[in-house]
Amino acid sequence: MNAASVNPSQPTTPSAAMIRTLGLVATVCGILIVSTYEGTLEAVATNKKLALERAVFKVIPGASSVKEFVVSSGGVQPAGNGVPEGAVKLYAAYDQAGALKGLAAEGAAKGYADTVRVLYAYDPEKQAITGIGVVSMRETPGIGDKIHTDAAFLKNFEALDVKLSADLKSLANAVKVVKHGSKQNPWEIDAIAGATVTCKAVGKGINESARKLLPLLVPNLDKLKASEPASPTPHAEASPPLSKGGQGGFDSGSASSQRLNPPQPPFEKGGSRASFHAKGASS
Amino acid sequence: MIPGQKQLSSLEELLEGIWKQNPVFVMVLGMCPVLAVSVSAVNALSMGLATLFVLLGSTLLVSLLRNVVPREVRIATYILIIATFVTVVDYLIQAISLAVYDALGAFIQLIVVNCMILGRAEAHASKNPPGRALLNALGMGVGFAIGLFAIGAVREILGAGKLFGFALFGPDFQPWVIMVLPPGGFFVLGAWLLLFNWLNSRKATPVKPVEGHAHV
Amino acid sequence: MTARIELRTSPHVVKGSSVERIMFHVVLALLPIAAFSVWQYGLSALALIVTITLTCLASERLFNRLSGQYSTLSDWSATITGLLLALTLPPSFPLWMGAVAGFMAIALGKALFGGIGYNVMNPALVGRAFVQAAFPVAITTWVPAFAPNRFSEFVPTTFTAPLMTPPDVSAWAKSALDGFTGATPLARWKFDNVLATPHDFLSGAVTASAGETSAILILLCGAYLAIRKFMDWRIPVAILGSAALTALLFQMIDPARYPDPLFVLLSGGMMLGAVFMASDMATSPVTPKGVWIYGTLIGVVTVMIRYFGGLTEGVMYAILLGNALAPLIDQVTQPKVFGEVKTIKGKGA
Repeated sequence: MNAASVNPSQPTTPSAAMIRTLGLVATVCGILIVSTYEGTLEAVATNKKLALERAVFKVIPGASSVKEFVVSSGGVQPAGNGVPEGAVKLYAAYDQAGALKGLAAEGAAKGYADTVRVLYAYDPEKQAITGIGVVSMRETPGIGDKIHTDAAFLKNFEALDVKLSADLKSLANAVKVVKHGSKQNPWEIDAIAGATVTCKAVGKGINESARKLLPLLVPNLDKLKASEPASPTPHAEASPPLSKGGQGGFDSGSASSQRLNPPQPPFEKGGSRASFHAKGASS
Repeated sequence: MIPGQKQLSSLEELLEGIWKQNPVFVMVLGMCPVLAVSVSAVNALSMGLATLFVLLGSTLLVSLLRNVVPREVRIATYILIIATFVTVVDYLIQAISLAVYDALGAFIQLIVVNCMILGRAEAHASKNPPGRALLNALGMGVGFAIGLFAIGAVREILGAGKLFGFALFGPDFQPWVIMVLPPGGFFVLGAWLLLFNWLNSRKATPVKPVEGHAHV
Repeated sequence: MTARIELRTSPHVVKGSSVERIMFHVVLALLPIAAFSVWQYGLSALALIVTITLTCLASERLFNRLSGQYSTLSDWSATITGLLLALTLPPSFPLWMGAVAGFMAIALGKALFGGIGYNVMNPALVGRAFVQAAFPVAITTWVPAFAPNRFSEFVPTTFTAPLMTPPDVSAWAKSALDGFTGATPLARWKFDNVLATPHDFLSGAVTASAGETSAILILLCGAYLAIRKFMDWRIPVAILGSAALTALLFQMIDPARYPDPLFVLLSGGMMLGAVFMASDMATSPVTPKGVWIYGTLIGVVTVMIRYFGGLTEGVMYAILLGNALAPLIDQVTQPKVFGEVKTIKGKGA
């Protein structure tokens, strides 16, 4: 038993000893973290890539590879270091031959319980939304969660019209959720009876995302078609899918876990990783 | 060890956390993850195992370093060690299953503030040799996992009609929605605490009928 | 309750109103409403009322036993809980869910606090709140009143096997009564902006919970209890008055959007809640000023939930909130003791 820790009248420890101990512990911890990070890096990247592909392939059947882009007023760029202010993230799906199969983007709006996030597929030729998948939601089971099981509701998204107006500045018709059984136009969504609030959230999320994304995207569509989908760099794919895995949970975490969470940029330079972590752990 | 206190046998040390000082049912520690992630048995068990891992790792390190660490900086050292293992487990879960990682969310990182872990480091690991400290930590961690699982299993059975994802009652089961909502966590935890306390009080004093509406 | 002071010479022996006597009269007052409900909805409503009441009695007995008390079945309180709970549920509610509600009402609402008189909230509403959160679909599935076959057959959902999902009842409801929409007047107002007329309500021909439609009967039974002094008349008056005033205020602001006060009073569980639930002695304040505050709070909150909440009906949560605040209201409205001097601000009384 450690007598020193029980006896209150012991002489104070010299600072050098404290610093030495903390330094030692920090080093051990740093080594532990770095080796785990190195060891799991590949598995984590594969997992994230699989999760992203699973989500995108669900809304764009027939696709075999996914590339991420960022669409802003400056045009379409391959996604790299996070999403800049005012830009929208876009997933381009290609088939085996490398031809553009479809595009997917995320829309989010407040539902009954919490934000409902959906991934929708956009078909540039039809100028329509051709499928949706739920990314995350906490709607009432049995009522709100019908949005991903109700066949009649999902039928709305087989060809939901999102044509742009003549000047390509806005949607010709805003996507609108209407009361169950009163859909008349191709840009309307027929709500599920009893789950109107959730359906409205889906419609609103899609409308807002499409309104922002499509005017920026449509003039630049050729860029996506021309791009080389064959072998996307592993780094681009390792960045977090659907902005969830890597960053989602950290905002409420403790200070130390925030510091230890590597931001995306150091991924590029292999050498900087280790030093970043050692610093993060000891500071 | 506090003078005068009887030295526990190895088995008693292990059972301490599993039964007599169960972190969930007796000490009611670390309730934040207990209530938040116990929606299903898998989530609860993953959380329990993650906590067990952090507890074992930090206990071992704290116990090994117990004679080296000056008491002025001991808490800082413990937190550093615990945070390290939390980060390690965070990466490990991401590598094993992103689905579990997303389901547990911020609560993986929040293991670092689970008072049970810091409590073990300060109260036990820093005063005992590694073998004994690990045994105690194992008991506590397993006790925590059992507590989480007990709540998670009830919530999944009633809330989804499943256990570990396997349907128990067929396709027509009516889910008790409240069980997967936050109130369900409180109800189930309360019910387990009630059962534990009732069993303990029954063992302590046999109850006799009392006149009228008096409290028993 | 505030007692009138009577000056009399000795002997001062009065036959006080015991708990049993008050509760028995509440049961008596509830029986006509239950009978009306059975007449309106038929066999299913009867089965639901009987099942839930028996479950409440059995649960009460069980908890008596577990806590080592003598049986409290004879004080009628569990019977009242069962009757009230059944009257607030849809007549098509599956019996097994009703049994869950009855058990939870007694367990969570009453036994945990120590039994009759110690409970913080109205047990019947606790039970209802539990099943509202647990089975949101079943508790908003309605069947038509006065279906022609109501005395010859049960609603198909009534005998759903325990733990199983009730079958879809909409086809049955449509065949039982032509043109049945399956939405309560409150839901139709909220989502479709269609107002039911007072005539609809008074004839009972609206979609509602088993005991909610007979506004006049509820008021009559409430008046009986109030006149016999088994209930504090101020509570329902404060609730209904404040709800009507709030509704009137909103209607003056925007008549196109908000309904008239009469609709607010007659729709949903407003009457039943105000007369029978909020007035429960153990869970309402005792000071005269507190009673008015309590009732007003419930009335206003109910209207607020109905107008601005996600749910169509708010009486239940408003009363539960009022129940929770009742001890606090009592504390701040303690009358001053004669001759007392207030010394420290906020610490008086």
